[in-house]
Amino acid sequence: MHELPITESILKIVLRHAEGQSVRKVVTIRLQIGRLSDLEDEWIQRYFDYLSKDTIAEGAKLKIERTPVMMQCSACGASYEAQTARIGKLACPACGAGGGTLLSGREYYIKEMEVQ
Amino acid sequence: MGDAIRLIEVKEEILSDNIKQADEVRERLRKTKTMLVNLMSSPGSGKTSLILRTVEGLRDSVRLGVIEADIDSTVDAEKVAARGIPAIQLRTGGFCHLDATMVTQGIDAMAVEQLDLLIVENVGNLVCPAEFDTGAHKNVMILSIPEGDDKPLKYPLMFSICDLLLVNKIDYLSLSDFDMAALKKRVLALNPQITILEVSCKTGAGIEKWIDWLNKEVDTFGRDEGGV
Repeated sequence: MHELPITESILKIVLRHAEGQSVRKVVTIRLQIGRLSDLEDEWIQRYFDYLSKDTIAEGAKLKIERTPVMMQCSACGASYEAQTARIGKLACPACGAGGGTLLSGREYYIKEMEVQ
Repeated sequence: MGDAIRLIEVKEEILSDNIKQADEVRERLRKTKTMLVNLMSSPGSGKTSLILRTVEGLRDSVRLGVIEADIDSTVDAEKVAARGIPAIQLRTGGFCHLDATMVTQGIDAMAVEQLDLLIVENVGNLVCPAEFDTGAHKNVMILSIPEGDDKPLKYPLMFSICDLLLVNKIDYLSLSDFDMAALKKRVLALNPQITILEVSCKTGAGIEKWIDWLNKEVDTFGRDEGGV
């Protein structure tokens, strides 16, 4: 739902990093986005295509790596990956306890970009 | 250099501008000893009713202000202001969430140094507000009984970022198949630290526990200048 402000931020950061690097064109942008986010990859790309018109980032492809939802068990401390489809029935595979602290899965991160 | 492809490391949070702005809001309000509470829920779950109950409950103990962000309406702020509480209406113009910059505009328009507690009523939505830090010291959400006990499965992020969950409209419990035990189990699995209170803004049931929680948090916040 909020792909637009997210995409605006991506473009702004990308253009700032390209400054002074004699970049003619941004080819690829690699993102890490947590699986807990509801963002749709397709819409991020569509908004990006729209916003980046007439900039050096026009036509750049967004490569989105989804980072897993990792939980740390509050009973035994083991960490495990939570499947988002089973989020209501979380149980630690080591001790069976339910519940835990979120370690990752909320990321919104730009790793790197390929430029010409 | 020609057309050879080069790699530029970016290593930056996409929302870094908002995170920075949110930290500034928290710091600024720490100095004026004003605790900021971000109140989130679906539309129609009772945010405004809760605020009106809160105005009554805190009248003698806490100096309260309210920032309203309902989409393009002044009805909410008028209701609150009619009770003698400073209230600002933000025109979010169809935005699905508040961000720290919008909250800053609200704070700029209020005499926050005269307030102990500022409640921001976020846009009614369980998705987007969970992703954007408003600068609040505490995040609170309302889930109402008619929405169902399965909501933590559909909106896990929202339930995982809140300090307190208010289950509202408990006067509807006898009319529905809402399973309170299942809800609590689902919420605590995502967020073991969360406090869950059952209330009815309509009948006033349980509201005293919410008021106690606020009084305690405001008191702790006012004493602990360096704390969260």
